[in-house]
Amino acid sequence: MSHANFEKMVREALYAIAPDLEGEPIDPALRYRDQFEFDSMDFLHFVMELHRLTGVEIPESDYAQVGTLAGAVAYLTDRSAAGPPQ
Amino acid sequence: MSEFLMPSLGADMDAGTLVEWIKRPGDPVQRGDAIAAVETQKGVIEIEAYEDGVLDDIRVQLGQRVPVGTVLAHIRTDDRARNAPPQKHVPAAGAVAPPSPAAAGPATPMPAPAEPASPRITPAARQRAQALGFDAAVVPPGPGGVVGLREVEAAHATFAREATTSVPSSRPAAPGRKPGLDLDEMRKAIAAAMARSWHEIPHYFVSSTLDLTALLTWLDQYNARRSVAERLHYAAPLIKAGALALKAVPILNGHYGEHGFEPATRVNLGVAIAMRGGGLIAPAIVDADTLKLTEVMDRLNDLVARVRGGRLRSSEMAAATATLSNLGDDTADTLQPVIYPPQVAIIGCGRIAERAWAHAGTVSARRTITVTVGGDHRVSDGRSAATFLNRLDALLQQPEQL
Repeated sequence: MSHANFEKMVREALYAIAPDLEGEPIDPALRYRDQFEFDSMDFLHFVMELHRLTGVEIPESDYAQVGTLAGAVAYLTDRSAAGPPQ
Repeated sequence: MSEFLMPSLGADMDAGTLVEWIKRPGDPVQRGDAIAAVETQKGVIEIEAYEDGVLDDIRVQLGQRVPVGTVLAHIRTDDRARNAPPQKHVPAAGAVAPPSPAAAGPATPMPAPAEPASPRITPAARQRAQALGFDAAVVPPGPGGVVGLREVEAAHATFAREATTSVPSSRPAAPGRKPGLDLDEMRKAIAAAMARSWHEIPHYFVSSTLDLTALLTWLDQYNARRSVAERLHYAAPLIKAGALALKAVPILNGHYGEHGFEPATRVNLGVAIAMRGGGLIAPAIVDADTLKLTEVMDRLNDLVARVRGGRLRSSEMAAATATLSNLGDDTADTLQPVIYPPQVAIIGCGRIAERAWAHAGTVSARRTITVTVGGDHRVSDGRSAATFLNRLDALLQQPEQL
C-alpha cells in the first residue's frame, strides 16, 4: 500500500476521533496531544481505528511512534513492507 | 396506560425540546427502547421507555419546548385484558409493526381500506419537513403508504446530497459538529449546576496519593498480550475499584433529597467526559461495581464515542449515584472536584506521575496518582472519605482481582 493511502487512513482515523478536525490543517510533525489536546483515551481510540482500517497490529510499546501524522504514516509503511497485513 | 414524561436529566435541567419521535403511535415498545429524542443543554438525549407496551397518543409535537414532568405520550401497558376506550389516535404509521397482542387490540383502528390512495402524512412528519424547509407531500411514502419521520429524514438526506449548496434548514447538519449541541448552552448548564452545588453543599475535600505501580505493571502485561481493541485503559480499573469502594462506604453513594440523604442500593458511577471544544458531561456506568473490567472498558469506549458524536440515553444521564472525574495524563497533579447535585460525593483523580516514594525505609521511584474525594458535609465527614480512599488503595494494589 502506498504512502498516500496510509496518510489518508491516518487522517480518517483522526477524524473518527475528532470530527471537528476535518478540513483543518494538520502539522505532520507535531504530536496529536499537543496539537489537538488528545488525551490517552482519545489516543487509544485512534489506535483502535487505525488498526481497524489498516489491519496493522500496533503494540503499546510502539505508541510513541504513531503519535504524529508523519510518524504514523512512516510506521505503517514500514510495517506493511515488513510483511503482509494480518 | 402509563404516562411517558419529559424526564429530568440532571439537577440543572428544567425543560427540553422534543426533536424526534423515534417510535410512532402503534409501535410496540420495550423497556429500554429509545422512544423520543430531546434537545437539552447537554445535547440531544434519547429518552427510553421504562416499561413494555405500545406507544399510544403523542401529546407533544416536534419543536415544542416543554417543562420537566410534561406528559409527552401515553404508553398502553395493558395487554388485551383491559379494554381501553379508543383513543384519539394517529394511525399506526407503517402499519407493518410486528404483530403484538396490544397492537392488534381494539384500540388500534385500522382505517387502511377506507383511506384515499394519497399518502398519509403524520403530523410529526409534516412539522419536521416544514422545519427542514420542504413540503411533506413531496416525500415518497414508506411501508403502508405513510409518510412518517423516517421518510422525511431520508428525503432530507437525499435532498442534502443532491443540493450543491446547503439545503435551507433550521438545523443545518454542519459536518464535524455534533448535532444539537451548543457549547455555550452547555456552559450555562454546568454553571447552573455548579453554582447550586457550591451554594448549597458544604463541601469537604480529603486526598491521598496512591502508588499505582502494581496496577500499571499489570496493565502493561495484560495489554501486551492483546490486540488493540481488547486493551484496557487505566481508567477502567480506576472506575471498577472506585465503584467497589463506594459499595463499601455507602454514605458516599446516593442522593440528597427533600428528606435528606437517600443512600443508593446500586453503584451507578458517573464518569466525567470532556467534550472536544470545551464542556463536560458525566453519563453513568450503571452497576459499575458488578461489571468485569472488560465490560467497564466496553461501556467507557461506547460512552466516549457517543459523547463525541452520538447520543446519550436518558438512563445514563439520570442514574449516577456518584461521579468520578479523571483529569488524565499530561494535566495536573490534583483535582478538587465539585459535587454534582443531588449526588453527595465526587472522586477527582489527577494525572499519573512518577514520584519519589518512601516505603519500608527506602525511597524509590513509583508511579502515583492523587485522588481527592469531595464530600457533602450534610451527609458524611472526612473520615468516611478516608475510609473510601484506603479501600480504593487496597483494591488497586491487587488489579488481577478486579
